[in-house]
Amino acid sequence: MAKRSVPEVNAGSMADIAFLLLIFFLVTTTIEKDSGINRKLPPIEELEEDVVIKQKNIFTVLLNGKDQLLVEDELMELKDLRAAAVEFLDNNGDKSCTYCKGLKDPTSSDNPDKAIISLKNERETSYAAYISVQNELVAAYNALRNRRGYELGSKEGFKDMNFVEMQKNYKDARFVGNKVKLKAVIDQIKLEFPQKLSEVQ
Amino acid sequence: MSKFKKKKDGGTPPISTASLPDIVFMLLFFFMVATVMRENSLKIQNALPVANQVEKLDKKNPVSYIYMGKPSSGYEKFGTEARLQLNDQFANLNEVGAFISAERAALREELIPFLTVALKVDRDANMGIVGDVKQELRKVNALKINYTTGVGDVMTNIK
Repeated sequence: MAKRSVPEVNAGSMADIAFLLLIFFLVTTTIEKDSGINRKLPPIEELEEDVVIKQKNIFTVLLNGKDQLLVEDELMELKDLRAAAVEFLDNNGDKSCTYCKGLKDPTSSDNPDKAIISLKNERETSYAAYISVQNELVAAYNALRNRRGYELGSKEGFKDMNFVEMQKNYKDARFVGNKVKLKAVIDQIKLEFPQKLSEVQ
Repeated sequence: MSKFKKKKDGGTPPISTASLPDIVFMLLFFFMVATVMRENSLKIQNALPVANQVEKLDKKNPVSYIYMGKPSSGYEKFGTEARLQLNDQFANLNEVGAFISAERAALREELIPFLTVALKVDRDANMGIVGDVKQELRKVNALKINYTTGVGDVMTNIK
């Protein structure tokens, strides 16, 4: 009587399956890249002459040791900070800024070029809270720059592209379009809404 | 009598191991692709806070990392306050300047002005130490910094 044994499984195609998987993972995995908020520290300058800045052009944000947020000496929730910062930057008190849509309140900032956000913290402030506030302030600048990006972009031939997307496209090697022109638009927006954020110790 | 001979059960036939190398290679390649090279082994807790207005830290420019956080378990003898880690060891504030000089010395000259210092700070650390480090960085004129964060909603930072 013939011995019955289980026939051996053909393993010839195993390598193909392995390669298939290998190629799948090769294509789908991305190596994680660090990301974060870029900042530039002020250089140490000795015997610095005090520049007189009008009080109304400074937007003071204080994070105290208990992680409470004080904006212009008043307690504020983190979620309201972005809107408050946008309102301050976009105010256009001296009516010289043609692209602003603010309230033109004479007691608030003159124009985006003069408006300074001053962020103060105490030693006991937690880093997470500090980053949250930084993030909201950057978001305020980005909101204004994005708005301006839509306006300028449609004029310059970069339709439906906000400032953040412009920057991303500028860095993207696959972007088809006039990069020189794009750079000019980005630089103009950066000039119109300069990020004047001072971190005080 | 062969007719009544008990069927010899030789057990199950051996499993073919021909595909084993493939499996091993597959795993090898997967981990080769998916792993992130870590420059330093951390002796501190380093849970980064999250933010959503982030920019990618491009590796075209040189990056130096400074870690801050509470010493992790096993290193409790270094205290429970947030500490500074440079390369592979705990460091004091006054070593920051030397660290930056060493990092600069390893770079080509034309790249030195583009050196970015990435601050990887634990979310529970307080700003005191971060402020001190920033001050040290200003002293050595390393002004480009990056607060490295994860990506997410900032409201989750505050408990």
